[in-house]
Formats: sequence, C-alpha cells, structure tokens
Amino acid sequence: MEAKTPKRVFYIETVDRTQRVSAAIFSVVLIVAVTLPAFASRDLIQNLIFLFYMMALAQCWNLLAGYAGLISVGQQAFVGLGGYLLFALTSPGGINPLLAVPVIGIVSAMLALPTAVIVFRLRGAYFAIGTWVVAEVYRLVFAQFKMLGGGTGTSLDPQVTSSVPGIEWVKALLNVRTPAARDIISYWLVLALVVGTLALVYVMLRSRRGLALGAIRDNEAAAAGLGVDIYRVKLGVYVAVAAMTGMIGSMIYLQKARISPDAAFSVLDWTAYVIFITVIGGIGTIEGPMIGAVIFYLLQRYLADFGAWYLILLGALGIVVMLFAPKGIWGFVSERYGLTLFQTRRKLVVRGEESKRSQRA
Amino acid sequence: MIGWLDALIQGVLLGGLYALFAAGLSLIFGVMRLVNLAHGDFIVVAAYAILLIAGALGLDPFLAALIALPILFVIGFALQHLLLNRTLGRDLLPPLLVTFGLSIIIQNGLLQLFSADSVRLRSGAIETASIPLGGGIAVGVVPLLTLLSAIAVIMLLNFVFYRTTIGQAFRATSDDLEVAQLMGIDVGRIFAVAMGLAFAVIAVAALHLGLRANFDPTIGPARLLYAFEAVIIGGLGSFWGTLAGGIVLGLAQTVGARINPEWQILSGHLAFLIVLVIRPRGLFPRALD
Repeated sequence: MEAKTPKRVFYIETVDRTQRVSAAIFSVVLIVAVTLPAFASRDLIQNLIFLFYMMALAQCWNLLAGYAGLISVGQQAFVGLGGYLLFALTSPGGINPLLAVPVIGIVSAMLALPTAVIVFRLRGAYFAIGTWVVAEVYRLVFAQFKMLGGGTGTSLDPQVTSSVPGIEWVKALLNVRTPAARDIISYWLVLALVVGTLALVYVMLRSRRGLALGAIRDNEAAAAGLGVDIYRVKLGVYVAVAAMTGMIGSMIYLQKARISPDAAFSVLDWTAYVIFITVIGGIGTIEGPMIGAVIFYLLQRYLADFGAWYLILLGALGIVVMLFAPKGIWGFVSERYGLTLFQTRRKLVVRGEESKRSQRA
Repeated sequence: MIGWLDALIQGVLLGGLYALFAAGLSLIFGVMRLVNLAHGDFIVVAAYAILLIAGALGLDPFLAALIALPILFVIGFALQHLLLNRTLGRDLLPPLLVTFGLSIIIQNGLLQLFSADSVRLRSGAIETASIPLGGGIAVGVVPLLTLLSAIAVIMLLNFVFYRTTIGQAFRATSDDLEVAQLMGIDVGRIFAVAMGLAFAVIAVAALHLGLRANFDPTIGPARLLYAFEAVIIGGLGSFWGTLAGGIVLGLAQTVGARINPEWQILSGHLAFLIVLVIRPRGLFPRALD
C-alpha cells in the first residue's frame, strides 16, 4: 500500500575485505612454511612436525565435536588404526608408504562406517564413552596380531622409511644427510596434510552441508525441523573425520617408525591433548584449533619435563577455560574485535537503508 | 565341563564387582544425566583412601571403608555443589570436559602421591578363604561378599529412590528438571546429595576392588568403561538392570578368558557392543533416554 521505504536489496555475502587480507597472510605463511627446511634447524623441523599433526588432529576433532555435536573421546581408534595399517601395508605388504596413506584413508572410512552404526545408537555423553570402548576394542584387537608385534609393538623396517620418494632429491637439493632428509619429507607431508585438513574443513563448512552442520550446532531440533537429515550429516562427518584421522595417524607413525598398541591407541596423546587444544583455542571455530595447537606446543616444549605436574596443569587449565571462557581464546578475541580469519558464516547484507545491517545466518 | 561351570560362577561373582562400579554411575545418570568420566578414577581415589586409613589407624580394610564412606559422601557432595553444578545445562560439552580434566588430574596426582607401584588392601585370612561347593569348585569368600554387597547396595538405592522423600525429589528432577524446580525443589542440592550418595557407593566399590586385586593410579579409566558398559547393558534407569548388566559383563569376560586368557577384556567389550546392536536400550530399560 505505502511504498515509502526505498526498495531494498538483499544478498548473502561470504567473502568480505578481512577475508582477502587473511587469505594474503595465509599465503605468505604457507610460502614461508614450505621453504622453511632450506634454512631451519632439524630440531625446529621435528618440532613443527609435532605441532602440525596435533593441529590437524585438533581440526578434525573440532569438526566432529564443535560442529556436528559428536563429542568423541575415541579418536585414538583411528590414529592407531592408521599407524598400524601403515606398518601392515608397508612392511609385510611392500607398498610404498606414500601410496599407503590414501589407501589408509579409504580403509579408515570403510571401518568407520560400521563403527558409526554401532556408536550412533548412543546419544550425547553416552556416545562419548561408547567411542572410547570402540577404541579399546581396536587396541585389544591389534594387540592380537603377532605379525605386528602383538602387545609389545614393532619397529618399521628402515628400508621402508628410506624408501619414501624424494629423499635423494632433498639430500642433493639441501645438502643434508638421510635422516634429516627423511624429516624434511615428513615435514612437507604433514604440512600438506594440515593444509588439506584445513581446506577440507573450510570447504565443507562453506558448502550446503556446512550450513546444515552450523544449524545442527546451533539447535538440533530446529535443524531437523527445517529438513536437515541429521543422521546422514553426522554420519558423513564422522566417516570423513575418521578417514582424515587415519591418514594423520599413518603420517605420525611413519615419522615415529615404532608402534605399540598402548602408544598408538593412547587416549591421552590422541584425544585428551587434542580436546585440550581445541577447547583452549576455541571450539567451533577454524582458528581455535590452530591457536590451541601453538599454545599446547609451547607448554609441551617448556613444561613437559615436569611430567605429572605438567599433566595436572593441563587438566586444570582445561577445566578453568571450560568453566570461565567456554569459547576459548579465539571465541573471546573474535567476540571482542569482531574478527574472523576464515569466514564460514553467511552474512545477510541489506542494501538501500541508511545503515548497512548484517546478520548472522 | 567343571572348568566351564567354574567360569560361569566366577563370572557372576565378578559381575558383582562391576555392578558395584556401575551403581554410582547409574544413580548419577538417572538423577541428572551427567556422565562422570572421572568415575573410575574416583574409585581408585577411594581405594587409596581406604588403604591410608587402614594403614594409619591399623584397622581392617572393612572398618577403614566404614570411616572412608562418610568422607567420600562429603567429597562427592562438595564436588557436585562447587564444581559440577556449574557445568550442567543444555550443552553436553562442559560436564564431559570438566570430568575428563578431573580424570587426568586425579591419575597424575595419585601417581605423584603413591607412585606407579600397585598395591592391595590386606585383610588377613578372609582374603584366601573359600567355600567348597563340591566337584572341585570353590567360591572365594571375598568375591561372594562382593556380590552380596552389590545386591545390598542396589536394594538400598532402590529403597532410597522409591521409598524416601529425597528419592521422590530424585525421581522428580529425573523426570522433568524444570517442573521439579517450579515445585520448589532445590535442584543443585538434590544433585549434590545424589553425587554424595554415588560417592558412598564408590567407597564400597573401592573396598572390594582393593580386596580382590591389585590397583595402581592408572586403572581408573578401565573401571569407568566396565561401569558404563554394565549400565548400558542393563538399561538406563534401572538399578536391578545395572546388576544384571554387571553380571553379563562379568560372564562375558570370564567365558572369554576361558577360551583364551588374552581375550578377557576384549570379550567384555564385544558383549557390550553386541547388546548395543541387538537391544540398544539395554536389557531392562526404564528411562526413555
């Protein structure tokens, strides 16, 4: 009736100016990271390998718990599975370790499917302990394989570790010895994996499925009401994360070159630390696990010598953050300064008004 | 044949221990839907507390447990009141992560205090005493006491739950938290009492854990998993179901161990997963979630 208000235009924005800035920063960091082995010490490279795989694991767990609401304390099942599959495929199997990694991703996904069908019968908190039981089953089953060292574990054949392609090339290029070249190759692989994980999470969250995931995170019942097939979305995330986690596990054990059931399926190393990283950094954000991993790495580097006291500190820190700053460091920063490095939210932009209002979608 | 019969009897008795582990967890599940990931670690704490009291006062573990019981009630009450009540809400993550953090703190704290050496509660002749059942089968007095204690604890919990005023409040908060609050129930206090009660049960469980086998600071998480499995196998919300779940788990473990000693724990876990596949709500479910 009354057309007093000017015609307004609505559109959805997924890339804004800060996005281009952070993309530029990210590219620079990536270039530095790739060329780092040319001038960094071997010690630093080894430390970064550790930092990167923890970061990748945290990114995976974050997708699971922070977005899909699947709080798992059993992701060590897939780290250990990946590690053991690497040993099984390369040592007796004779497959090149680099070829083995994608195969391990596929096998992990294939095993995650029946696992999910069972543990998805448990909801919420019960799901958490259920995944832990499954991880224990994996541990006990792998301890039965005498060919893989049984309960005491086994070492990777040195021939396998030095059969990784590119070692000769790195030796010639950077003028280093074989062990250092091995580390550099591992470093690049883990770097590729952490960037790959990041890309996967980013693309997934920006896709239609990501929108469904965000809806599930915010309110599961409402998401279901809007037609999101919650079971399928969660299943998809669980299986994809299992595949990634399995591949990360295989990389970790290619680097470690020694495996035992207790270490490979350790709830402390592959789940408790990973949860700590995600929660400290900020759960439900892409930036959180990255920041958390750096903090964890620093704590580990300077305090790990204190042994039990160090772990008591980590536990206490986790509790304090959960109680008083449940959104973690990044949640605090982004709320205060309105900052996001990886834009996965859709902004509704309304043009034709005095003020440009934007609203979270 | 005798061997199998013996395995079955030992399995039922072992189930009594698992039911004791699980009874406290079942109570907490029932009243406040809280999953305490440090439950197993608190059992170990209680076992060390009994060990300390018995050592310091020169008492038999049974008497020491009697002293530990009210202390643990207070610890449970305070834990819920001061810490865990703050984590309860729509979000599942805080209670899980806070109790997971507690689990790590407790394990490492115990490691600092008591070292990694395994210890045991000593109670003289009763430890090795057994009752012959004929045909070469004998029943240990301590395992039998464990099963009887489990039955007693479950009868007591059922009595508290269905015959007392506090039990009425437990059931009310369990059925509908908000309506219970509207009716004037101080939910925070009810939860704290429930946790105190669960910790009193933990004292009993710890006594039997320490009498039956060695323990060390790291065994908590495995006890949590057994307790959890017993609760889920039995069905949420039913104490008798929890006892049945414990016995199913105990039987699965001893029968598995009879086939191959290395399969004991694995067969227990597999039995749990099988129950989850064929009867996802457990054998005797009462609660709807």
